[in-house]
Amino acid sequence: MIGLPHYLLVSAALFCLGVLGVLTRRNAVNVLMGIELILNSANLNLVAFSRYGSGNLQGQMFAIFVIVIAAAEAAVALAIVLTLYRLRRTPNLDQADILRG
Amino acid sequence: MHFTASDGVFLAFAAITVGSAVVVTLARSLIYSAFALLFTFFGVAGLYLLLGADFIAASQLLIYVGGILVLLLFGVMLTHKLYDLDLKSEVTQFAPAAIVAAGLFVVLAVLGFRTTWKIGPGRAPSATTDEIGHLFMGQYLLPFEAASVLLLVALIGAAMIVRRKKEA
Repeated sequence: MIGLPHYLLVSAALFCLGVLGVLTRRNAVNVLMGIELILNSANLNLVAFSRYGSGNLQGQMFAIFVIVIAAAEAAVALAIVLTLYRLRRTPNLDQADILRG
Repeated sequence: MHFTASDGVFLAFAAITVGSAVVVTLARSLIYSAFALLFTFFGVAGLYLLLGADFIAASQLLIYVGGILVLLLFGVMLTHKLYDLDLKSEVTQFAPAAIVAAGLFVVLAVLGFRTTWKIGPGRAPSATTDEIGHLFMGQYLLPFEAASVLLLVALIGAAMIVRRKKEA
């Protein structure tokens, strides 16, 4: 029988894969993909609790706001990555050390 | 233990989601990662449908697949030379990061199964769009307006950041 813990398990797997991607990738666009995985796992949790919890739509409303924030975040982050690429000719994050004193 | 059809559908969607998320995280090529992310988003949308969240499943497809994924693909294309066919993404510090992620997963999984969640009456799958619309125009009006202003500001800001400066 599939219940709440199984959804939480899938969400935990998504979250950890996202964290792994953020920690290991050098390419900025790939790090952004990891962040999208993390946001998706949070959304899955919210919707699952909305389904099995007290029966109102609060979790789903929160999930919609998370999607909106994710869209804004992706746009701004890609703008920064493009500017960085124009400046340093590289998409790698460890070469973005202009601010180092 | 009855194994129903919806359990099978859940397992299929969960397998699609987690399997393609593994590809997103581990693929050597940026393009493979981006296309695997497409299947992850589809899998999560299927899980939303199983949870009875039809409106969110549709938004997931429209916004993530139609918007964010296309944006990411633009990011891939614009930050590499177009003739550069092998869009490799290097991996650093893999062993410690894998240990951290695996440990986190074990903790979260144990937490999810051992905790006695306060399961309520739940919500039987039914059409949610009407109710969500009323909530947006009622109880959630202020967050709704704030989110729309935030989105507008973020998009204008993004356009300003990437705009080429005129040579003075």
